[in-house]
Amino acid sequence: MTNQPAKTETPAGQRVLSDAIVAEIKAYFPRYPTLQAVTLPALHVVNAHLRHVPLQAVVEIAELLELAPAQIQDTLSFYGFFKQDAPHGETRAWVCRSVSCALRGGEEIFAYMCQKAGIEPGQTTDDGKLTLEFGECLGACEFAPCMLAGDTLHKNLTEESAGKFLQSPTG
Amino acid sequence: MRWNLLSEFEPILLANIHREHSHTLRVYEEQGGYRSLKRVLADQPREAFRDLIKGSALRGRGGAGFPCGLKWTFLPENHPGPVYFCLNADESEPGTFNNRILMEEDPHQVLEGLILSCYATKAATAYIYLRYEYPLAYKHLQSAIDELYAAGYLGDGVCGSEFSLNIYLHRGAAAYICGEETGLIESLEGRRAWPRIKPPFPAVEGAFRKPTVVNNVETAACVKQIADRGVDWFRSLGTPPDPNNPRDPGSFGPKLYCLSGHVEKPGCYEAPLGITVSELINDFGGGVWKGRKAKAAVPGGISMGLLTADELDCKLDFSGPGKYGCLGLGTAAVVVLDETVSIVDFLHNTCRFFAHESCGQCTPCREGTSWSLKMLDRIRAGQGRLLDLDLLLEIGDFIGIMPGTTICGLADGAAWPIKNAIRKFRDEFEEYIKRTNPTGYMETSPPLALELHSIH
Ligand SMILES: Cc1cc2nc3c(=O)[nH]c(=O)nc-3n(C[C@H](O)[C@H](O)[C@H](O)COP(=O)(O)O)c2cc1C
Ligand code: SF4
Ligand code: FES
Repeated sequence: MTNQPAKTETPAGQRVLSDAIVAEIKAYFPRYPTLQAVTLPALHVVNAHLRHVPLQAVVEIAELLELAPAQIQDTLSFYGFFKQDAPHGETRAWVCRSVSCALRGGEEIFAYMCQKAGIEPGQTTDDGKLTLEFGECLGACEFAPCMLAGDTLHKNLTEESAGKFLQSPTG
Repeated sequence: MRWNLLSEFEPILLANIHREHSHTLRVYEEQGGYRSLKRVLADQPREAFRDLIKGSALRGRGGAGFPCGLKWTFLPENHPGPVYFCLNADESEPGTFNNRILMEEDPHQVLEGLILSCYATKAATAYIYLRYEYPLAYKHLQSAIDELYAAGYLGDGVCGSEFSLNIYLHRGAAAYICGEETGLIESLEGRRAWPRIKPPFPAVEGAFRKPTVVNNVETAACVKQIADRGVDWFRSLGTPPDPNNPRDPGSFGPKLYCLSGHVEKPGCYEAPLGITVSELINDFGGGVWKGRKAKAAVPGGISMGLLTADELDCKLDFSGPGKYGCLGLGTAAVVVLDETVSIVDFLHNTCRFFAHESCGQCTPCREGTSWSLKMLDRIRAGQGRLLDLDLLLEIGDFIGIMPGTTICGLADGAAWPIKNAIRKFRDEFEEYIKRTNPTGYMETSPPLALELHSIH
């Protein structure tokens, strides 16, 4: 029942950053006095396009920013945010487990959603549509329990609204 | 000034959020927006504006309550520059969402405050470090910034003055520690967000090794309001300095209080600094939900610790929560726990948060937060011992910048819920441990691990 879509191995020498991605990254250069500061923006650009940041992309970002790949990888691995082995689902959803949501049933809703979707926390559904993860406080505690799916905040989750979301997860 | 009902206080910071298209330049200007900026740029030298903010005694709204104008004066005089400004929009303290509302609903108020702050500090580049989980704030801030460039409020010669400024949005990647000001700077520079040892403070050596000011989003909004309404107005709200404490700068101005957890009407409410927790819960929040009683409340984000039901007369100003053994006002985010909540579960939740968010640089914080979580896991699995409570307190008393063992304040924030929860609710912990581990609660030999834990 896992979920990991096939690994996206890149044959050596095949570039993964398209010209468009490279141009998008380079647009950030004038904003900062150092190239290294473009690391996070570059990771976000790649992640937005590829839904993960494979090692080959790390190498190519490093070339662009005139850094060693290890410097990019060091920063990347600090944040739990960027997946490397396989893309996350078409929609990536974070269900809040921090205190205000937990007080209003957030953890139970998350367990319910995982069970309904047939996956463990952090995994992606077999059809590749949805990745479900724990999030820490989403800064929307007045709508507890809540979930951020892509760019959409789902407020005051109930089993019913969560079930509906699972039927056609979009963000 | 006094209001019969606190909820009748007329909002200032939130005055515009309910207007249609409140996030647009047009609506903001219709309400008098950017008039103060034009006036200040035209006739107030930057030193004079800086001194105005200093005179208001505005204290930072990001958690530490440091006087804003005073921080600005720490920038070296006659530095060749550049000076950088970082607006801290990482808002990740559990329970806190006031910055989000300002950025989503009234981004121009924040931006006008930011431009004024940059003018006062000679910053020509500002980065807004925005947590990734705020996509709507990102959208609204970016379109507001685009509007400002198009209208001549940003770029070369702001409003035709000599002052030039660029503002860029910089998105985080879901890590709480990026809110700590030097963690933020490291993250901005493209490295892991490991907080720096201070001194040097950012004002002397910050982003890209240049003098840097870090301020919170709500602090910037207050700067704009002080420019509009003046120092006397600002100082007419809040709590004056304690006459018995010569170092207390007082707690002036309006404040955005976040209220969540077990209340009828969770939300973000504006009132002067210094209202009490029960006023917030009852006058604004409609009371504890389902007609229940409160058991405890977090005064200002979980880092600040815990108040018992008997302590809800605590004033929410910069000196209030400290009088009840809490860490401070923090973000003034109150989370209410009703009488059905297990404090063991509450503490488990806070310990899990800090174990997850510790950046791992300092041994006392990395190990202290993860061991406190492992102990709470074990207690909840029915294998707790009374001795664990003393061990937890030892961790609580030992980790942090207060005891002087760590680089940043995350560890103090991890320690305070532990110390407050166990010291204020010890009976409940003891009862829980005895009930769930009737044969082993007096054990003192080393416990077996619940499972093999991986090293991070
Ligand atoms: C672990 C930790 C997390 C923090 N998170 C934030 C945050 O999300 N937003 C914020 O404004 N300040 C945060 N702070 C406080 C900042 O370090 C800094 O004091 C503040 O941004 C200064 O702005 P102010 O003076 O306007 O309050 C945090 C501090 C610590 C120790
Ligand atoms: S106290 Fe904790 S979060 Fe802060 S620098 Fe040390 S290890 Fe990192
Ligand atoms: S605790 Fe869930 S959004 Fe804040």
